[in-house]
Amino acid sequence: MSPKPHVRKRYWNEPEMGWYERAYLFEILRGLWITGGVFARNMFKWMTGRKGALTTYYPEETRFDYAKGNRGKHVLTRRPDGSPQCIACNMCATVCPAKVIEIEAGFDPDDAAHPKYPVRFEIDYSRCVFCGLCVEACPEDAIRMAKEVPALPGDDRWAMWLGKAELLEWQPQADVAKPYPPAPPRAKTGERP
Amino acid sequence: MIADLVIALLFIGYAISVLMGFGTILTWVERKQAAVMSDRIGANRAYIRIPFTQVKLVWWGLFHGMADGLKMLLKEDFKPRTYDWYAYAVAPWVVFTPVLLVFAVVPFGGNLTPAALWAPLGEWFGDKSYPMQIARLDAGLLIVFAFSGLTIIGAMLAGWSSSNKFSLLGALRAGSQMISYELVLGLTVLGLILIYGTVDLDAMVRHQSGTVLGFLPAWGIVYQPFAATLFLAAAIAENKRIPFDLPEAESELIAGYFTEYSAMKMGLFMFAEFIEIAIIGALFTTLFLGGYNLPWMSDAGFALPGGAAVAMPHGAVVVTQLGTFLLKVFVVCSFQILIRWTLPRFRYDQVLTFAWKFMLPLAVANLCVTAVAVWWIRS
Repeated sequence: MSPKPHVRKRYWNEPEMGWYERAYLFEILRGLWITGGVFARNMFKWMTGRKGALTTYYPEETRFDYAKGNRGKHVLTRRPDGSPQCIACNMCATVCPAKVIEIEAGFDPDDAAHPKYPVRFEIDYSRCVFCGLCVEACPEDAIRMAKEVPALPGDDRWAMWLGKAELLEWQPQADVAKPYPPAPPRAKTGERP
Repeated sequence: MIADLVIALLFIGYAISVLMGFGTILTWVERKQAAVMSDRIGANRAYIRIPFTQVKLVWWGLFHGMADGLKMLLKEDFKPRTYDWYAYAVAPWVVFTPVLLVFAVVPFGGNLTPAALWAPLGEWFGDKSYPMQIARLDAGLLIVFAFSGLTIIGAMLAGWSSSNKFSLLGALRAGSQMISYELVLGLTVLGLILIYGTVDLDAMVRHQSGTVLGFLPAWGIVYQPFAATLFLAAAIAENKRIPFDLPEAESELIAGYFTEYSAMKMGLFMFAEFIEIAIIGALFTTLFLGGYNLPWMSDAGFALPGGAAVAMPHGAVVVTQLGTFLLKVFVVCSFQILIRWTLPRFRYDQVLTFAWKFMLPLAVANLCVTAVAVWWIRS
């Protein structure tokens, strides 16, 4: 039995090449013209003291065009007396898909309303995916996410853990305006609550 | 006698430092140029800290080459358990050495007359004049082809002695590809030999310092633009770089014939590749771009097309020629890097088809036309 001759499959979108493309050299020159042009343009920018690249020097230079809805940093809210609202129920730690939240619960017999409080509350920002599920899971509105991004780039990943103190005290301007408990919506005509 | 030796050593030192310098600088140029071509910044993290201070010298990432070298020197020199250890160990050197040797016949400047440079030197050197070239050989171009042909042996040895199928495949590809393109390379240059009537590279450069039609510099690229294009393409294929990097073809063969090499042995292969870029630049400059002379320039000075002549002191001529040669070589190197970061890789059958069915007929046609034209003009 003679083997079946190999028939190359013809695809519907195969490019058709005319003599111009087949001559090869012209298309090469066109490609070189494009890349050379980009090179010349960027090089001219660099030499005249401007930046000729689209990328950023990451740790020194962070991008300014984060999306409007970007939430990059966790905030632990406080009660009026300054204690954290967190009741150490571990719901955020349970729901966290990246498993970055670690909470150690403590017992405070003096506070009858909230006997359970977090002794440690730590977030590993080197692994956090900023999904916001912890905020949704929280029954006490104790954790929120603010628009700012943590300025954490560094050489040491152990320095990327943020503890309770930072999370409590780090109060960005955008978040301070939100009081707890939330103020009742003002009923003014023509204005959103 | 001693004076000749001193001059020879001086030239050898200059040539080696130029080649090593180009090899080192080109790694940086390749990175940075690729980055700038694609809207990126490029390698910029390696720095040298001045001791006892916090001053970090980054210098646009220039020290990444040093970091590379250190890495290669300090890495484990892994050796496969091969049945031919000697061939395995000697192969990188067989690739590396001929590349350096090719430069011996390339003139990097005109004549150097020490006495004209500085009068007190005349007491020692007399009025002797030295061509700025390590070996002034009549057979210059033949030597170039003889030595650059040797690198095939290194690639084949490396692939064969590694006892690795990927290496062997890469070596076979390297062998067939380099032999094919060497043919094209030789045929493109034959046209120039017909025109200049010599294979002495220095004589070729001197031929190119005149003019054509009264105003064009008589460069090889003006006589043989077609051959220049073919020469550059074949030379890049000889160097086994993208778009002709089938012997390495990372996506198919890991690293081709140096898959089993590590540390500085691999570094030698890489370094040979970068130096060969400079060698190709030097050869292209010498054959097609008027060598070490600026347009309308010769050892005496400028002879501008309007009839005006500008005489230059000997020192200025020497410096201009050395600088011009380096600049031309650098431009050609940069153009090769532009090609490398623009074109995609060929398929293997396309590489050989391209050599035998496209470039070889074109080179032969070019040669025939040149031969007829030269015969027509001479008779």
